[in-house]
Amino acid sequence: MSTILILEQVLNGLQFGIMLFLMAAGLTLIFGVMGLINLAHGSLYMVGAFAAAAVAGATGSFLLALAAALAAAAVAGAIIEIVVIRRLYRAAHLDQVLATFALILIFSEGTRWVFGSFPLFLDVPSYLSGPVTLPGGIQYPLYRLALIAVGLAVAVFLWWLTARTRIGIQIRAGENDREMIAALGVDISRLYTLVFALGAALAGLAGALVGAIQSVQVGMGEPVLILAFVVIVIGGIGSIKGAFIGAVLVGLTDTLGGIFLPELFKLFMEPGAATQTGSALASMAVYILMSLVLIWRPTGLFGARA
Amino acid sequence: MIAERWINWIVLLGFVVLPLWALFADEPFTITLATRAVILALAAVGLNIALGIGGLVSLGHAVFFGLGGYAMGILAHHAQTYAPLELGPLVIEGTKSMPIIWVTALVTSALAALVIGLLSLRTTGVYFIMITLAFGQMFFFFSISWSAYGGEDGLSIYVRNDFPGLNTLQPIQFFGLCLAVLCLALGIHSRLRTSPFGLALNAARQAPERVETVGLNPMRLKLLAFVISGALTGLSGALFADLNRFVSPTMFSWQLSGELIVLIIIGGVGRLMGPVIGAALFVALEHLLGGLTEFWLVWLGVILLLIVLFARGGIIGILTGKAGPNV
Repeated sequence: MSTILILEQVLNGLQFGIMLFLMAAGLTLIFGVMGLINLAHGSLYMVGAFAAAAVAGATGSFLLALAAALAAAAVAGAIIEIVVIRRLYRAAHLDQVLATFALILIFSEGTRWVFGSFPLFLDVPSYLSGPVTLPGGIQYPLYRLALIAVGLAVAVFLWWLTARTRIGIQIRAGENDREMIAALGVDISRLYTLVFALGAALAGLAGALVGAIQSVQVGMGEPVLILAFVVIVIGGIGSIKGAFIGAVLVGLTDTLGGIFLPELFKLFMEPGAATQTGSALASMAVYILMSLVLIWRPTGLFGARA
Repeated sequence: MIAERWINWIVLLGFVVLPLWALFADEPFTITLATRAVILALAAVGLNIALGIGGLVSLGHAVFFGLGGYAMGILAHHAQTYAPLELGPLVIEGTKSMPIIWVTALVTSALAALVIGLLSLRTTGVYFIMITLAFGQMFFFFSISWSAYGGEDGLSIYVRNDFPGLNTLQPIQFFGLCLAVLCLALGIHSRLRTSPFGLALNAARQAPERVETVGLNPMRLKLLAFVISGALTGLSGALFADLNRFVSPTMFSWQLSGELIVLIIIGGVGRLMGPVIGAALFVALEHLLGGLTEFWLVWLGVILLLIVLFARGGIIGILTGKAGPNV
């Protein structure tokens, strides 16, 4: 197994992790600020991807498609926050799980109703297609590098937003004591709608970006949603730093496990059995990682509250 | 307002009358639907012990449902291919006998619940929900990638398994058998709730510190509840597999775990018959709405949302006018 292949897989894992971060950042913000488990976050990812595919199909412009994904997911997020989610902040986790599970059913089947069951396709724009040669002679798709760059830019933006702006101060204060900042004259329900729409927009962006390398179809959000939950649980719910580190860990474990575990088992097993055992174990690897982290630290790597 | 006791008897009576009517009206499909409702109800009665009494929101109960299903699938598969299961020196003959399959399903899922419970109960709240979900996904992906028992395609069993003294190929006899098991589980649930263990468990949900102060170990109470709960759900999985004569990784899917919670909430959390009413309504909606529109799940979502937001206590809560059970 060559160094180039290993480096390529590391980059793939990184790219996957960074996309998970876009989903996980929104989830963890929403949980940190509002104390809400949002199972419907995967539906917002799907909404973004469908909006992008529809607009790209109509206009042919990838940038317009991305803008549409951000806008559609943010609007959908703001609507469900105002209509449904707002009533759930004080409710038990069980009610939150159920109500957002109901939203998944409505969004998934509703999308199937509008767009049909066949997958849509979103093309990588010509200026981002094709491979580039990296130092060391690795040929790597330019689009995937662009995804990594966008994700890193979002991470920096989120750090700047929470650490350096007035909104960020309000968000952090809201995590600690919502009554107090309401008493200081901050419109808390507007802040909540804003945070929810921001998280939704990030999920929509991730959906559109990933939609260009996979197909856009109903149900695409749920596998990513569950991995994003794994990410925020590993990182500690509420921590954006934890979400970033968790996302990279999960992305690398999933990608590298799928490639290397079967090879590893071939060292001491016959090839057929090794491939079987290795790939079975690889498909479970991120969940095993999460259980180990939780057994070691029951509130995740950077989490404070349960 | 109607007393909960009356509702309970009316629902049980419905489960006796409807299939008998179907038998005389020669509507075998209705019997199959009723059997499906009874088996899903059994799975949810199992979950209701952990969720309703113990307050443990497990989003991974499909693990036990699937394990029960695969216990049936694997044993029957070895029986129908006449190839014993070899685990190193241990050789296990396949079987088509339901009692043996049921015991295997109960024991396997109880053991799995013991291990999963020991690890998961270290966490609380959202983390507990997420770690049970993660265990569910582990089993789901494992069953997909393990090709010895069909992998993604699942396992088909050609003939339904036997129960001594019954002809399980007759839909009404298999239905009666499932209903008897459900009544047994309901009996266990109702005895459990008023037993010292059930009362302590109920207290551990509401105020774990106080329970600890009087010298009980809340962790151990919750673990025992989780094991009983998992075992019952496992048994329902074996019956479900026998109903369809088919097992596949979808029995492990997280949507199924979500649906089991949904059944309980529609009926009423922590109520004896909550899961049964929920399951009956779910199967009826699936059949009736599913016949009208391909997109019936949208309407299920809307109903569920309305119940969560406006009708705490589910159907039983609406009928009795009380949001919670009297314990």
